[in-house]
Amino acid sequence: MKYKSQKVAYWFFALSMLLLVLQIVYGFVMGFARIGLDNLHDFIPFNTARAVHTNLLVVWLLSGFMGAAYYIIPEEAQRELVSVKLAYVQLISLAVVGVVAIVGYHFNYWEGRKFLEIPRPLDFLVVANVLLFLGLILVTLFKGKRRTTTALVLSMGLLFAALLYLPGMLPFDSQVTDSFFRWWVVHLWVEGVWELIMGGILSFLLIKLTGVDREVIEKWLYVIVGLTFLSGVLGTGHHYYYIGVNKIWLIVGGIFSALEPLAFLAMALFAVNMYRKGEKKHPNKLALYWTLGAAIVSFVGAGLLGFAHTLPQTNLYTHGTLVTAMHGHLAFWGAYGMIVLAIISYALPNLTGRKLYQSTRGRAAYWLSNIGMIGMTVAFGVAGVAQVYLERKFGMDFMQVQGEISVHFVVLILCATIFTTGIVLYVIDFYKHGKPNDEALEQTID
Amino acid sequence: MLSKKQARAFFLGGTLVTFLVFIGLTVYSLSLSQDQSNHENITESVVRGKIIWEENNCMGCHTILGEGAYYAPELTKVIDRLNQKYDGQGEEVIKSILMSEVPWQPNGRKMVAYSMTEQEAEDMIAFFEWIGEIDLNGFDRIVSPLAKDKINN
Ligand code: HEM
Ligand code: HEM
Ligand SMILES: [Fe+2]
Repeated sequence: MKYKSQKVAYWFFALSMLLLVLQIVYGFVMGFARIGLDNLHDFIPFNTARAVHTNLLVVWLLSGFMGAAYYIIPEEAQRELVSVKLAYVQLISLAVVGVVAIVGYHFNYWEGRKFLEIPRPLDFLVVANVLLFLGLILVTLFKGKRRTTTALVLSMGLLFAALLYLPGMLPFDSQVTDSFFRWWVVHLWVEGVWELIMGGILSFLLIKLTGVDREVIEKWLYVIVGLTFLSGVLGTGHHYYYIGVNKIWLIVGGIFSALEPLAFLAMALFAVNMYRKGEKKHPNKLALYWTLGAAIVSFVGAGLLGFAHTLPQTNLYTHGTLVTAMHGHLAFWGAYGMIVLAIISYALPNLTGRKLYQSTRGRAAYWLSNIGMIGMTVAFGVAGVAQVYLERKFGMDFMQVQGEISVHFVVLILCATIFTTGIVLYVIDFYKHGKPNDEALEQTID
Repeated sequence: MLSKKQARAFFLGGTLVTFLVFIGLTVYSLSLSQDQSNHENITESVVRGKIIWEENNCMGCHTILGEGAYYAPELTKVIDRLNQKYDGQGEEVIKSILMSEVPWQPNGRKMVAYSMTEQEAEDMIAFFEWIGEIDLNGFDRIVSPLAKDKINN
């Protein structure tokens, strides 16, 4: 840490940790419901658990991205944040809107639009909150001594993410157009602008951890985000195959979404090569693990498992099955979960002055959470493939198939327990670092 | 070797071109002449049905057009499917599920008991009737192999 105002990042990371733990609790509620233990049905029916699970996911990731921006932008721009007070206002309002939304889901206060369940009136508060955040980040950047590519790509990702929230607020009478524009948010976020955010954080971490020249790293950053948009924008078509719009999307979506893994492949190769090239031996190995892990696991989860069901011929059978859930878990975890945990692992010792990165606890957290998540992915995958064959190929009844595959959810719960153990260790580690303080200014290892 | 400037040009150029093509295709595929959804059949009742669908987050358990959750059956073709299962009584069965005061659970897995009014249940059915007729580029046959073709012959 070089600037006192970076301390605000800590509280966004802390909020992130809290919401991650809650997300997992609701994941278990669904897992148990799927093996017949639905005792909470009257209070938390499956649809409530699901909306809470996925919305908490999005909010803890966003809180992590915001914390990352509050940490990275001052350092890149070489000045303090323009207003620390407003940053705390933004933090608290984010937490309040998040909590109101989540509580509302338990009382039928929502809009049943997958991932965008936040009701319209609250959407406006979300927009106000994000505008305040962007204002603080962009003004800091433009008043700063320098404008690096890393900072620009990160800010551009955050700005576009905010703009793309708007199409999700448009009202439609037709389910088809509703769904069409819902993807402008959901797809263009995870397979577009969030990759800019990920790329920006990744490049910051690689510069710090490997010591490779900034010019080299940032050149490749442009290539990666170039590949992202080149494939990802038209790749939106892979959600338009079977929702009642023109067949042209089968061709356009098929071709361009099949190219999307290239951006993730480039990201993985880039991270590994910079690590190999780097002369610097940064002592925070844990942050390096998470950084390289994010680049590699995102390629597997988003790139390979995304490709596995993106061609129209395959998607015809897998569309809307547990195969999608398999891909959703590893992609979100690898790309966005892990990059947030990477920046936290890097920033925390610098914010608090406590260097706990040699601990076995930190390593155990890394391995247990990753092994657990890979196990969960396999469990979802086996259930999904079985579902596709029984239901879609052989025409068995949906609920009968669910009975056949419920055993895979026992495996899912076991693997989820391993995953959760890892996350709990990570959170303990977070807590043991203590609070951020100004003495940490002198102790930072760059 | 590629320079940073060239890399930036690749990023900006690629983004601009694909974005413009994307907007063009969006306008084209949503234009009236390309409609596959029988847009003119969206009555007020269908719209009310859609609102009920959203207010209760039905998509949090079911899929529709293949989108949603994977806990409960796909509903795009639900009327056809239940007509076949219950000798043409599909709509009546759906109504009784929606108006029921206790959770419907034919296979042990519970649905929320919505206690809808008759009017609400009819709006829901209007919504399902509209959505069941959409041309889904072939998915309509895969997702519900019990539907249409089998009933008609
Ligand atoms: C980090 C990046 C990614 C994340 C977080 C992600 C996440 C998800 C999620 C959550 C869904 C379910 C969405 C819903 O039904 O509402 C989904 C669907 C899908 N994803 Fe991804 N994805 C990523 C990248 C990719 C890539 C690169 C590809 C293709 C190569 C891909 C292909 C697909 C396809 C084809 C579907 C639709 C599945 C269906 O028809 O049910 N994804 N993704
Ligand atoms: C204890 C751990 C977890 C358990 C037991 C769990 C379980 C589940 C279940 C049962 C579903 C619903 C699938 C359905 O509709 O039937 C779901 C959805 C989802 N979960 Fe998790 N989950 C866990 C952790 C996570 C984590 C850590 C992430 C992200 C990094 C995540 C991301 C998602 C996403 C994106 C969906 C929506 C998938 C889709 O619609 O295709 N989950 N989860
Ligand atoms: Fe997508």
